[in-house]
This record gives sequence, structure tokens and C-alpha cells, in this order.
Amino acid sequence: MSIAESILAGDTRSLARLLTQVENGLPEGRRSLDELFPHTGRAHLIGVTGGTGTGKSSLVDRLALHYRRPPSGEPRRVAVVAVDPSSPFTGGAVLGDRVRMGDLAGDPGVFIRSMASRGSLGGLAQATAAVVQVFDAAGFDPILIETVGAGQAEVEIARLAHTTLVVEAPGLGDEVQAIKAGILEIADLLVVNKADLPGADKTTRALKGMLGLAHPAGRKASPAWIPPVLRTVALDGTGVDELAESIDRHAAHLRASGEWERRERLRLEAELETRLTAALSERLRARVGEGHYREALERMARREVSPAEAVESLLEREDAASI
Amino acid sequence: MTERKIRVLVAKPGLDGHDRGAKVVARALRDAGMEVIYTGLRQTPEMIAEAALQEDVDVIGLSILSGAHMTLVPHILDLLRANGLEHVRVFLGGIIPDQDVPRLKELGVTGVYGPGAPTEAIVSDIRAALADRA
Repeated sequence: MSIAESILAGDTRSLARLLTQVENGLPEGRRSLDELFPHTGRAHLIGVTGGTGTGKSSLVDRLALHYRRPPSGEPRRVAVVAVDPSSPFTGGAVLGDRVRMGDLAGDPGVFIRSMASRGSLGGLAQATAAVVQVFDAAGFDPILIETVGAGQAEVEIARLAHTTLVVEAPGLGDEVQAIKAGILEIADLLVVNKADLPGADKTTRALKGMLGLAHPAGRKASPAWIPPVLRTVALDGTGVDELAESIDRHAAHLRASGEWERRERLRLEAELETRLTAALSERLRARVGEGHYREALERMARREVSPAEAVESLLEREDAASI
Repeated sequence: MTERKIRVLVAKPGLDGHDRGAKVVARALRDAGMEVIYTGLRQTPEMIAEAALQEDVDVIGLSILSGAHMTLVPHILDLLRANGLEHVRVFLGGIIPDQDVPRLKELGVTGVYGPGAPTEAIVSDIRAALADRA
């Protein structure tokens, strides 16, 4: 049985191992991804982003619990992908999101995987999309993706997730933080967590005001969706059922408006672009030879040719080589 | 971006409520370029084995100050074997009497460290223990 087949059959150990291979960019991981790809595209991908200390991990814990013990309906198998930053100096990382997710321990219907960002900016790791695909193929739905808690650069998550939650908390920064970040524009739902703390009303009002001022209509070609502002207390679970309902409503909205498919298509296109670019550039370098590539770079450094001219000369050389 | 990071689970099984040592070790391993999954206090052996499985770690570092190591450690090792994780190297730190160390190593613990053990030694022991991994 191949590792992909074991995963489809529900083997946890194979799943965990493939996630490592994928994270490390190993060729055998890629082959398994190829095998699993037809089984992807089913899960609802929910992104959770927001500043440090807003309570993202605790909220993810509560949401996952909700999906495991829903007030109505069947429990769902939940995957959690939690990304924390790598040290830019040593490449090491302390991944601490599991500390807040103790409630999920011992439940075989929940799989939590911690990832280090490994130098990638934008709040996710380079391999996060591939890791999510593996969970998708393995039948987890929903998949909760928690970004690095930097607060201002997590736009990547909006590209990956169907539904993006932006989590704020009272007293962590004024409304100016919210305008400058661009983080409001990626929010499908805004969550004021720690809503039992003083200042929660002010934060809620500020966020609503912000949305009123600059609701980014047409941002995702889904002008009919106005991001709601929800209040939660992740510590005791207050507001989590309502949050989950809102998430479901958003998924229904995406499907009904055709936006689900449109976003899926955009994501696939971006992935095709990236892979094609990488493959073509690799092929070109192999054909013209490393020497000519280096030479083009040297000539650029001496300011004899511009970057665009350097590319042209490499392409011409490749044409000549293929005749 | 082919690289093979060492992934370590740092966990505190049992009921003692003091995780300073575990945090110091977690930081030292991070500074040595490892990826450390830190799970916090009061982990049951089942939670530790489950986290090790899901996170696909190479190493588990346990910190035990309560004196319950001769019960907790064998239980954790059994669960690891039951999950097909016999390749995971287990290191133990905390208050461990010398006379227990031979028995722990016999059970499958790779290294045991007391208070004041230099973190550099832990780092180099982990690297040495994993040198032969696939």
C-alpha cells in the first residue's frame, strides 16, 4: 500500500509522516501529493488570523470543540494547522499553540499539526497550502488554519482559506491599527475575543465604524457579504456557537454566489503559475548552462545590461541552443 | 527548500506545576535551530503520545519533578510503541535519582539530565542520537 493509500484508508501515522515530507519539500512527498490531489477540494478551509495575544489559539480550540460536539447534527473531523514564527537567526522555533488546545486531546477526530514559518513572510509557511491539501484528501472538514500572530501581514491566509476570521481583542491597539493594516480587508468575519474585558464595546464599535467607512465592496467580488462583527470569550466558550453559525453562513454564501468556485479557481491558477514559473526557469537554466547564467548576472552587476536585457539574452541563447 | 529540521516535543507529564526547566530547554533547542513543540503543564502520557504522533517528532523531552518518573516514563514508552513510534528518542530531565537512571535507560530512555545540566550537552546528545536516522 502506498503512503497515499494508507492515508485515504485513515492511517494517522502515514498522514503525520507525509506532512513532514511535504513540509521538507521531499520528492516522495510530492509524489504522494500527486496521488492525493484528486481527493482534495472538499474541505471548508477556515483561516484564523489577528495580532499576538488576541486569543487565536484558544478560539481555534473552542471552534474545534464545537465541530466535535455540535448542538445539532453530526460531529465533523477537524484538522488544525497552527503556524508559529521561526527565528530568523537560528532557524529554530518554539511552537506553542498546542498549550491552548488541551481540550482537544484524546479525540481521534481532531488532528493538530504545528508548523514553523521557516522564513516565509505573510503569516503562513511555504508548505502550509500543501499540508492543508493532505488534510483535505484525508477527509478532514473543516480545516482550521491559524497564522503567525504578527497582525499586519497575514494577507496570504485570505488567498488560501475560504473563510477568514480576523481576531481582535480589547486594549491591544486603537482603531488606527486596523486601518493601516489592510487586515480588515481580508476579513470575512471580525471577532472581538476577550469580550468580557473592559473596552470590548469600544473595540466592537471601532471595528463596526471601520467597516462602515470603508467596506471593501467588490473586494472578493462578493459585495453581498458584509463582514459581521462577533463577540466571543474563548476562555469559557461564550459566543462560539454564534461564531460557528456565521462561518457556516459565509460558506453557504460563497457557494450560492459562485464565489467558492471562483476562489478555488484563483487559488489553483496561482499555484499553476508558481509551479510553471519555477519549472520553466529551472529548465532554461539547465539548457543555457550555469556559466551563461552567472555571466548574465555579472554583466548586470557591472551595469552593462539591465535585468530585462539579461533575461532577453538568456532567452535568445536558449532559442539558439534549441535549433 | 529541502531540509530536515529536528522536531522535538517538550512536555511535562504529571502533576507538578513548575515548567521553568522545560522552558529553558525549549529555548536552548530553538536556539540550536530545532523546531520545538511545547505542550505545557500537566500532560497525560496519552496526550504526549498523541502529540508525538500528530507532530511526527524525532525526539521527546520530558521534564518530571514530581518523583513519578518510574511510573510515567514506562507508560509513555509503551504508548509510543503502540503507536508505531519506537524510533522516537526520549530524553528525560528533572529530579531523577541516580539509582533510577540505569533502569530508565534499559527501558529505552536515551538520556537523563538533572538540575544544572548544560543545555549544550542536551543539544549535542540529541544531534548524536539522530545522526543515523534516515
